[in-house]
Amino acid sequence: MLRTLQVERRVDPHLSIDRYDPEAELLLLHFGPQHPATHGVFRMDLYLDGEIVVKCVPYVGYLHRAVEKLCEVLTYSQVTPIVDKNDYVSPMTNEQAINLAFEKLLGLEVPRRARWIRTVFAEMQRIASHLLWLGTFAMDLGGALGGGATVFMHAFRERESIMDLFEEVSGSRFHYNTHTIGGNRHDIPAGWSGRVKQALDVIEARIGEYEAMTLENRIFHERTRGVGVLDGTLALELGITGPNLRASGVDHDLRRDAPFHAYDEITVNVITAEGGDCLARTQVRMGELRESIRIVRAMIDSIPEGPINGGKPIKLVNSIKIPAGQTYVAMETPRGELGTYLIADGSPKAQRLKIRPPSLHALSAMPYILPGGTVSDALAILGSLDPIMGEVDR
Amino acid sequence: MSVVVTALVTSLSILTAILTVTAWAIWFERKFVARMQSRLGPTMVGPSGLLQPLADLVKLLQKEDIVPEAADRRLFDLAPKLAALCALGAAAVVPFSASIVGAKIDLGVLYLLAIGAVTVLPVFMAGWASNNKFALLGGMRALAQSLSYEVPLVLSAMVPVILGGSMDVSKIVESQIATQWFIIGPVWLGLPAFCLFMLAMLAESNRIPFDIPEAESELVSGVTTEYTGMKFALFYLGEYVHTFVASAAASALFLGGWDGPFAPGMHWMVLKTFALFGFVYWVRWSLLRFRSDQLMRICWYWLVPVSVALLLGAGAWVVL
Repeated sequence: MLRTLQVERRVDPHLSIDRYDPEAELLLLHFGPQHPATHGVFRMDLYLDGEIVVKCVPYVGYLHRAVEKLCEVLTYSQVTPIVDKNDYVSPMTNEQAINLAFEKLLGLEVPRRARWIRTVFAEMQRIASHLLWLGTFAMDLGGALGGGATVFMHAFRERESIMDLFEEVSGSRFHYNTHTIGGNRHDIPAGWSGRVKQALDVIEARIGEYEAMTLENRIFHERTRGVGVLDGTLALELGITGPNLRASGVDHDLRRDAPFHAYDEITVNVITAEGGDCLARTQVRMGELRESIRIVRAMIDSIPEGPINGGKPIKLVNSIKIPAGQTYVAMETPRGELGTYLIADGSPKAQRLKIRPPSLHALSAMPYILPGGTVSDALAILGSLDPIMGEVDR
Repeated sequence: MSVVVTALVTSLSILTAILTVTAWAIWFERKFVARMQSRLGPTMVGPSGLLQPLADLVKLLQKEDIVPEAADRRLFDLAPKLAALCALGAAAVVPFSASIVGAKIDLGVLYLLAIGAVTVLPVFMAGWASNNKFALLGGMRALAQSLSYEVPLVLSAMVPVILGGSMDVSKIVESQIATQWFIIGPVWLGLPAFCLFMLAMLAESNRIPFDIPEAESELVSGVTTEYTGMKFALFYLGEYVHTFVASAAASALFLGGWDGPFAPGMHWMVLKTFALFGFVYWVRWSLLRFRSDQLMRICWYWLVPVSVALLLGAGAWVVL
């Protein structure tokens, strides 16, 4: 961990400054936790030489809500709505991850229909999450009072349609609480799949508009190309997963490599990009948007019939006791590998439950890839890593 | 005596008109942008939110005036006033029609450019006096940016001066009426000079894609971070008036000013100014922003050489 403070300053190719005076007086800028662009309550201490960041020291913990402790005092079924609030941009996948762990230790078989529905939910959540990321990232680059805000508003409009669809299923727009141990709580309503396809058509047609404002925009390229280069080795060393890792050219995706839900029954084209810079991370996420739309389209019409819950009836679910043992379950969320490490002791409550959030690992790259960039780059890099502080601090 | 009264009445009415127009230009911008972003914009205050500017003003007047303890109080107080003053002062020489002009100065263009250049001073002043690191960074960026973009701005404004053969803005317009608008004739000279002027003007008035001194996603709010209430409003006002006056200047220098068929001159001038003003906001809400060092590179590698070439071209055109 101490290595954080000893990172060599890299030279920014744009600035052609090849020397840095170690005697120079540095300006210490406390960036956050209350700053409009730190994606929640993240704090960095930036040591500046002019506008060049010489050293970056990130601090987390401003949004700590003791979720892991709560998971020890609540029964297994009561945990689901709590973890919803971890990664508040993709609550579906949080619920799924935690229930996967419970099911694995119980040895419970999830019905095929439930697994298919979970897969559809996960992919739709990925679309919604990437849309939100696109909006906030554009806002980091273009300002809340500029073109970035326009991208943001448009991306939110599309995200809203997915939230409406989830509301139809679960009754709430955001914290769904629709998964339970052994299956799903709510079945999909009649006609839902048709409305999903309609929404996807709209979103797919509009992805082109977003690309026109971002990937096809010269200013966007200027701001992101070669900025925050994260090479694959460093990314693996830091435990970075998900789109951030794939943008560094590492072909790794748990949906294909260690299938959960119903991913073993369908093909997932893993999107990768070379370069590892902010531009590559954007390309990967935009590609994943299209890929997720394809997956949902392929699955939505052929969801198999059958029960959606293979566990106990919902009224009895509070009495579930998981036999003593421990397990680690990982699933691919929009941000990467969300791991759950569960130690059960045979009681209705977990003895210890550890959540491994992908965002925390993504943030740990900041001190390595930021030095040498400017203050503006700091925001571009932070935005492109897509950290969600609720998940980082738990 | 009557001269003084006329001058007073003219300048007061122009001042009032500009302030009123600016207030509703903000309303216009908010509506315009809301449509771009599939929103509604202000709807609550008055029909279609038309009274929103008044409501905003009342709100800002009620805000507590906070001066940071470590701030340099006198500079801190002076900066917003100076910002609004500079922006309004520039309006004096813009001719809204053949007769409506605040002050007919022989060196009108020079005055316009000079007072436009002074606007960076209050911005840096605010950045320095706030004693806030974000504000300081913003002020630093503003200073570097404005000083750099001053060069292409002045050089491209010299093109119509040379073509029109005068530094008086009204005379430049009259010479355009006599021949043709400078943007179309000679087009290889006028059009690029107009584009350069608009670009440099965007940078001078800190508009996206050149709004890095404010850069609210990076520097919180740049130089205005520590400002509240009316002091903040003065900066805000200054920025809008600056954009408005610069649009008016561009339409006088390149688009033939009050020249146009059917309607009295002033209508055309206002129409052209608003078209440019709208263009600035269209650009603002469509583009992302450059980085500070990229901005400098664009200026010194592209804009300055091109504007020098245009200046030489204008000289050659007039002489030959």
